Order: sequence, then C-alpha cells, then structure tokens
Amino acid sequence: MKETEPRIRPAGDSCLVVDFGNAIALEINAKVQALRSSLEARPVPGIMELMPTYRSLAVYFDPVETDLERLRAVISAGIGSIDEQVEIGSKEAVIPVCYGGEYGPDLESVAIHHGISEEEVIRRHCSNSCYCYMLGFTPGFSYLGGMDESIATPRLETPRELIPAGSVGIAGKQTGIYPIDSPGGWQLIGRTPLVMYDPTREPATLLDAGLWIRFRPVGEDEYLDIREKAVKNAYELEIVEKGDGTL
Amino acid sequence: MKLLVRSPGILTTVQDLGRWGHQAIGMPVAGAMDPMALRRGNIMVHNDPGAAALEITVVGPKLAVQGSGIVALAGGDLGMTVNGTDVQPWTTHAVEDGDVISFSGMKDGLCRGYLCVSGGIDVPPLMGSRSTYLRGKIGGLQGRALKAGDELDTGSPYILRERCVGFVCPEDLRPDYSPSRPMDVVPGPQDDLFTDEGIKTFLSEEYVVSAAADRMGYRMEGPTIEHVDGADIVSDAICLGAVQVPGHGQPIVMMADRQTTGGYTKIAVLTANSVARLAQRLPGQPVRFSAMSQDQAIIEAREERGRLESLRLALESWIADPTKDEKERVEPATEGQCRITVDGETYEVQWEKI
Repeated sequence: MKETEPRIRPAGDSCLVVDFGNAIALEINAKVQALRSSLEARPVPGIMELMPTYRSLAVYFDPVETDLERLRAVISAGIGSIDEQVEIGSKEAVIPVCYGGEYGPDLESVAIHHGISEEEVIRRHCSNSCYCYMLGFTPGFSYLGGMDESIATPRLETPRELIPAGSVGIAGKQTGIYPIDSPGGWQLIGRTPLVMYDPTREPATLLDAGLWIRFRPVGEDEYLDIREKAVKNAYELEIVEKGDGTL
Repeated sequence: MKLLVRSPGILTTVQDLGRWGHQAIGMPVAGAMDPMALRRGNIMVHNDPGAAALEITVVGPKLAVQGSGIVALAGGDLGMTVNGTDVQPWTTHAVEDGDVISFSGMKDGLCRGYLCVSGGIDVPPLMGSRSTYLRGKIGGLQGRALKAGDELDTGSPYILRERCVGFVCPEDLRPDYSPSRPMDVVPGPQDDLFTDEGIKTFLSEEYVVSAAADRMGYRMEGPTIEHVDGADIVSDAICLGAVQVPGHGQPIVMMADRQTTGGYTKIAVLTANSVARLAQRLPGQPVRFSAMSQDQAIIEAREERGRLESLRLALESWIADPTKDEKERVEPATEGQCRITVDGETYEVQWEKI
C-alpha cells in the first residue's frame, strides 16, 4: 500500500477515522471534503455525524443502528470515487474587516515589525484567499491557511485576557477570527462586524470547512452599518464563485 | 412539578445525552458523563432514555419539591434522602409538594448520580440538546452549574406515573461498576505511532486517576508510554474516550466536555461503556486498560442496549401488574422485639398487639 493511501482506522465502538495523511495540505483536505460530500449524499443509516479535520474525516455512528460492514463498504466506495483531480471548494466568503484603531490595536506594531505602512499590511492581508481547513478548538474557530506569509508576525509575548468576538488576528503564518470573546495572544489587526458564531442561529457559524474566505477592508461607517444588520441577523454573507475549483 | 434549589452541591448540572451533530463547527458534545446511569434512571421514571436530568457530583444539592411527581437516582449512591429519611437509589419514588430532597454523601465509592424526574428537566434546548457545556457557558441553566435560588421546571410527566412507584432496577440490569474491572479500549486511531514497548506499557501497567480529572478529561499518572517519533500530529478529531498521549507520555482520557479536535497522538479509544465506568472513578483510584477489537466492542454496545430494553420491559410489566398493589401492601406487624437504651441502660423489649 502506498503511504498516501487513505486508511480507515477504528476509534472505539462508535467511530471510524478515515485518515488521508499527516500534513496540512490542500490536496489532503480536499479529499477529506470530497469524502464528506460523498457520505452526505449517500448516508448510511445510523451515522450520527461527520467531523472533518485538516487530515481526516471522523465518522461517528450508533453501534446498534449501523452495520459496520456496510459502513466500511460505503466509505471505501466513497474513497474510490474521489477523482485524481480533486476539486476543492469553489465558494469564497467575503469577510468585511475594519482595520486598525480600536478594532485592530496591533496593526501599527505589525507594520513596524515588517517595516511597511499600515495600509500595506491591510493590502497584503486582503490580497490572498484563505482556505478554511477545519473548525475546532472553540465553537466556530476556523483554521485558515494561505495568508500572505510576508506579514507573518509572532504572537504577543503577553496574551490579552479578553479579546472581543470578531477580532481578526495574526499568529505566525496563521490568520484567523475570534468567534467568541476569549483570551488570546494573537496580534489583532482589525475586527469584522459579522457575528461569526451564534448558537441560536441555524447554522450557528458563518464559516464551514472547505470554504475559502477573503478579507475586505471597510471604513468605520460601513462597519457600523453592517454591524447593525448582523446583530439583527439581517446581513447576508457575501459568497462569490472562485475560479474553476480545481487544484 | 418544580425543583427549587436550596443549595447546589459541589457541581450539579443539567445533562442529557449531549449535543451531537455540531462537532464539525467546533461545538463540543458535552452530555452526561455516565450515560449508562442516565438512560436507566430515565427509563425508571418512564422517560425517553435521553431526557435531561441532574448530574450530581460527589456532594449533592438540597432541592425543595413544588407540586408532585416521581424521581429515581441512578449511578452512584450519593445517600439520597427525602425529608431526612433515607431512600434507596435505583428505585422509583413518589415526591409530594413541600418534600425536601437532599444527599448525605457517597456510599458506594461512585461519584456521580443522576436524579431523573418524570417528564425530564425542562430547560430550553439549544442546538438539539439541554446539556450544560460549562466552558462554553451554554445549555442547561444559563450555561452554568446550579446555584441556590434556581428554579427548575419539569416537563409533562407520564400519565400513569404513580404506577411506577416502588419499581427497583434489577441488580443484573445495573451497570457493572466493579473497581477491579479494567477499562476496555480499542487500539487506534494512531497506535502505530507508539513503540511496541509503549503499547505494552499502556496495556499492562496500572494508572491512577490524577487530581486533574474533570468533565473535559481524566489525566492519568503511571509509567511513561513511549512514542515512535514524538507526540504531535496534524490536528485530528477527538472522539469520546480517546486516550491522548502528549510528549510527557502520560495518558489523558477525553470525556464528555472534550474539545472537538486536537494535535496529540491517540493510542486507543475507550468503549462508551468504559467511559461511563471511568466517569464514576475519583482521583487517586487505580485504573487498568485492556485491549478489545472494534467488532467485540460493538457487540458489547449492543448487549448494553439489550439490557436497557429489558429494563424498559421490566418497568412496563411492573406498571401493568394488577397484583402489585397487594404485593406492595405490607401487613402491619402484631408482635416483635426491639432494644431500647435509656440513660445508658439497654433493655430488650418484647411486644405484642392486644
């Protein structure tokens, strides 16, 4: 068996983990998402939920309701149907961000760190599409890849005790959005007016694994305008088609 | 019926079988730490097995009853009393307006009890569950443990609830919490990242539940488990009962409030029944792990479901038994003997009805 061959591994009495490899790579995550879509299209009775991560798809099932043989067969068929030329998400969500000032207290120090202007940090942060590999850690927290590495910045030496929900930060090569108020050590460069996570909403999170996102700079007036709509659940997330969706 | 919280105990939360279906957005499942007990307690008061109940930890609350209903305590025997009189766990009791339910303390070494009430605890469901997720501050009662002054509503009770009173869960249908029984684990999903010696250590040595044991995970202390090449992996799903082994080589069993993903190797995953049994253990208690195939673990899960079905049938026949009322009626004694101590002097007394 080739090392890149996916493996179906047991995880207790009610889960199988389909492992596509131990790396952060679009090719691997695209296969995870492809198998997820395939199983969502042909659900086996007794599947409780599918949990995509960077590198694997966990399939939780009810051991009484599920025929394990059949489940394994459907998973194998799903793996077999993943094309050589795997498609990755073609949808891109546009996330408005108000950069700097009280919304992004570390924008200035990030600019100084790289010896560029604040405007240039913003330009580079908005220049690349980022790919949402998975959500995890806390509800709605997205693991994004693909930020322009020329603005990679180390974490704060002393983490903040409270970072407001919606804050957009940089930590090393990563960028991301804090979905809920929480402590944290990321360099905060801006804040989105969108409500990234609301447990009373369906779906509760704006982002999903497999989605691309692009940051769009907005001024304070537009921030406040969108914010007013977002808290009333009246703002529609802007989604655009991105390229032909192949790797 | 309502329960008025006079005092909350150490950690009393509303739990059902958990918030399934939202792990893909990073939402932990939460839910009862010992679902084997929760399901049984609910069946005993004629609820759906996944109805919400109070998960009581070590030291129980004091609850005043408003209205009337039926209750059952499943799991650990935490010394339940009604108006100061002992009442048995694993038995369905009637409670009346003004009764006070309290708990005198752990009696059988098990630390979690589930107080199930007919109709279930009626807090608003969130994302399909009433479970309290403490770190996320959601679910249950405002996302927190009970505190004095809280009022808990219960749902619509079973119409024939009075006929459930006096039902006792048969001994052979209760979970086997025997402390000598090892925890069953299915090796994987990353057992290949441990040396043969590391796996042998994990499966043959004794581990002790450390003081860092909570609803999120149980850290264990014991011989170091050896990795092939380090403990870190690209983040993978953490399922219930996963045994993570970070770089220090000490296992952590992931419990109800576990985070959805993590970057440590997992040597094995406890079966759901073993997770429930582990949830009854306290810091300082020893634990051993025993390997089992996934196929065998699924057979055991089905046997557990069969026991629940047997319990449901036992309750139904108890409810339907027309002779129960006679059986239940104990003829008052007409004679007997007892011992009375007055001012330090003990007297043997014989008595008979005249």
